[in-house]
Amino acid sequence: MKRWLTTMSERGHGVVVAVPWLWLALFFALPFLFVLKISLSEPQLAQPPYMDMLRYTEDGVMSIIINFDNYLLLWEDSLYVGALLGSLKVASISTLFCLLIGYPMAYAIARSPNHWRLPLLMLIILPFWTSFLIRVYAWIGILKNNGLLNNFLIWLGAIDQPLEIMYTPIAVYIGVVYSYLPFLILPLYATLVKLDPTLLEAAADLGARPFKQFLKITLPQSLPGVLAGSMLVFIPVMGEFVIPDLLGGNSTLMLGKMMWTEFFNNKDWPVASSLACVLLLLLIVPFVILRHFEGKAVEELE
Amino acid sequence: MSKRFPFLISVLIFGYAFLYIPIISLIVYSFNESRLVTVWSGFSTKWYSALLHNEPLLNAAWLSVKIASINASLAVILGTLAALALVRFRSHRGTASLGIMVTAPLVMPEVITGLSLLLLFVAMETLIGWPSGRGQTTIILAHVTFSMAYVAVIVQSRLANMDQSLEEAALDLGAKPLKVFFAITLPIISPALLAGWLLAFTLSMDDLVVASFVSGPGSTTLPMVVYSSVRLGVSPQINALATIIVGIVSVAVLIAGIVMYRQEKNRML
Amino acid sequence: MTTQPINQTKDEVIHSNDDEIVKIDNVSKNFGNVFACDNINLSIHRGEFFSLLGASGCGKTTLLRILAGFETPSSGRVLIDGVDMTDVPPYQRPVNMMFQSYALFPHMTVIDNIAFGLKQESMPKSQLEDRVKEVMALVQIEKFAKRKPDQLSGGQRQRVALARSLAKQPKILLLDEPLGALDKKLREQTQFELVNIQERLGITFIIVTHDQEEAMTMSSRIALMHEGRIEQLDAPRRMYEFPVSRYSANFIGLVNLFDGHVISQDDDQVLIQSNQSETPLLVRYSQQLTSGMEVTVALRPEKIRIINNADDQPNRITAVIKDIAYLGDVSIYHAELASGLRIKFTLPNVQALAEQPLTWEQEVVLGWQADSCSLLTQ
Repeated sequence: MKRWLTTMSERGHGVVVAVPWLWLALFFALPFLFVLKISLSEPQLAQPPYMDMLRYTEDGVMSIIINFDNYLLLWEDSLYVGALLGSLKVASISTLFCLLIGYPMAYAIARSPNHWRLPLLMLIILPFWTSFLIRVYAWIGILKNNGLLNNFLIWLGAIDQPLEIMYTPIAVYIGVVYSYLPFLILPLYATLVKLDPTLLEAAADLGARPFKQFLKITLPQSLPGVLAGSMLVFIPVMGEFVIPDLLGGNSTLMLGKMMWTEFFNNKDWPVASSLACVLLLLLIVPFVILRHFEGKAVEELE
Repeated sequence: MSKRFPFLISVLIFGYAFLYIPIISLIVYSFNESRLVTVWSGFSTKWYSALLHNEPLLNAAWLSVKIASINASLAVILGTLAALALVRFRSHRGTASLGIMVTAPLVMPEVITGLSLLLLFVAMETLIGWPSGRGQTTIILAHVTFSMAYVAVIVQSRLANMDQSLEEAALDLGAKPLKVFFAITLPIISPALLAGWLLAFTLSMDDLVVASFVSGPGSTTLPMVVYSSVRLGVSPQINALATIIVGIVSVAVLIAGIVMYRQEKNRML
Repeated sequence: MTTQPINQTKDEVIHSNDDEIVKIDNVSKNFGNVFACDNINLSIHRGEFFSLLGASGCGKTTLLRILAGFETPSSGRVLIDGVDMTDVPPYQRPVNMMFQSYALFPHMTVIDNIAFGLKQESMPKSQLEDRVKEVMALVQIEKFAKRKPDQLSGGQRQRVALARSLAKQPKILLLDEPLGALDKKLREQTQFELVNIQERLGITFIIVTHDQEEAMTMSSRIALMHEGRIEQLDAPRRMYEFPVSRYSANFIGLVNLFDGHVISQDDDQVLIQSNQSETPLLVRYSQQLTSGMEVTVALRPEKIRIINNADDQPNRITAVIKDIAYLGDVSIYHAELASGLRIKFTLPNVQALAEQPLTWEQEVVLGWQADSCSLLTQ
């Protein structure tokens, strides 16, 4: 009786774990192996646009051709290095700006009266539910030379000539911060709202003024949330494509755009794959940080 | 708080303005007579009627809705299973690796997801003949893969917050574990399932990059059509489309807000 | 409801061993290196009101969960009504539990909550409805039948939880800290109700509590647990009057402890020499002890009386009153002996005097009988 029941429930548990596990293993994890494989092969003008790694020589012997040329290309060609550095730059600076704007906002909502919090949060989430693509598109209308912003500033008399913002890095920064702000605010809010306000009262009682209270107590305690939220911005932005493409034009070299170009325009699957592998490697460390602080942020809440 | 920290209030106002001005500008200029989106020349709804006659766009929209619905339903099932595993069956041997595989899609850059899945589909087609060609099926498979991660996060949170003694009480009263799940757990986490479905639907409707990689001839999604329009510059029909989307979402959020408010009022304490 | 002290009738009643409904046989449960339950042996009689008493972490809740089926023992067996149910899952045991948090299903009405267990048995509809009505009447919640749990007060929810756990007429009802969430007045009232319901239905109740008053008031027997083991298993009166260890003595009520060694023993009395008392102490004790053996005398505060020198009390000491705690009905006096030991004694405030009969720094002579105290040998 015991054994039957234990195995039945274990089996039930096993199915529950196995189904998503198998799906993700097949459609998420396994594909990376293919990316690695293709990155080590040679391109060809055919379908599919890469050569098989296992090939037969004239003697009928099977051999494996591993091609590191793609990686060498990445290393040597300044274009790709530029894209890498460009991605790092954009991701880091955008994350910083998201923090500068998002932290005070999250803090303000967390400290607002209870009945305001839900509506305020809903207002943050609402744009997120409308199309990402369309919201980025909105900025085209605002930032272009005869766009809203320039027209407004000219009407104000602040400038004479329109500012060239479209197709510059600044437009990319604006677009990224705009799109990813909620990704930072929400987890940060979740952390801040669970902080114990009596700790601040204790600090005040001991003589600390508001800003000092913030610096010494709130900020350190919110660090897990800050780090988790930052990684939620940094990691996807590293590989962001749409925003640099629509708003940045050719001014901003980023890995995501490069990958897309290699794949769709140059039909060079192997190079695109090696770019992907490089990007993946770069993201391992931030990903580990995210897992660690995500766990910590959850711990703090418990 | 408001008296002592005017700084916080002004940050909030600036933040919300920043978030909403672009959206509002879209809406306003969708009623603009002129084609030049940023020069106002009179009120007109002509772009809306143009939109409604735009066959390629409408077809793409319909395809996207189909894909999004199927995707959301599958994602909810898989995501809930994953959440269950991660919250209730933590000591099972596959769960740790499942945890990593479920978190990663949340942050993985879409270009990588798209490229890797395409390579998988190509290889699969060569090896076993399925999926044959890229199209609706491959898009759905791809979307489910990252949607389920989002669903898992939402359901996980709700499950973890749930009082486990409710499930124990049901067991104690004679219900077998499967019955407990359907009679007790599921109803209690159903708001999270609904939220997950909506989120998965939205993500699918909005996805450009992954769909571009894994779609094939005849399976052009709405974002793909929108993208090719806006690459060439502003297009007022897109403004009209945007306004419609914002309208639908706002109404949905309003309804959700009212429902939740009513629920709170019904509580005795 | 009567005002008669509840455990007076149950006190000395001895159930025969044939009426054993739960046998816990050498049960241990460890989580890693920590033994929540350590070799527990326990036999619970049919129809008893039994308490597992102890501080947090003593293992009482773990033992309850093992009985319910939510934990499997690491070793040992659990027999319910003669049947080995060690590995039987909770949904197949004739046991029901009332949870500390009540665990009412929030998406169901009161009626559906109560009917849930009966529906799992595929009970015919009319029989089910009758049973639900019956048990709702028992706890007096018919008025709230259609409400949902979040529309009920704490006390009402508790009744629903109780009704739900009784609906299936289990052989054993387990209650996890049933009175913890209630305020004092409600607690007292609910204690009476629980005991009454138990007597009416004849179901064996096993409760887990950290509140000694609760255990003493309601139970026919108490198992005091400490660090995973049973410290003492007795009826309330015996547990109070004859503690077997310092821990037992300290856990329930107030107690004075004198450490010393045996000087002599004759028949049923032992003479103890303690350097905490100026005179030797006389205790009634019939088991054989060796001379020089280390023992502790346990003396409850209410057994001490103020005597004058003429009184013939076998035990007498002088003390100086250092502290007085006025509790309304009694006052607790803390007095210091010459040896430095502080003892407590209580006197009822018989007269509502403006002045206390005793005052600080007053020297008093205290005495007690040989059978008013007990001997601890461990």
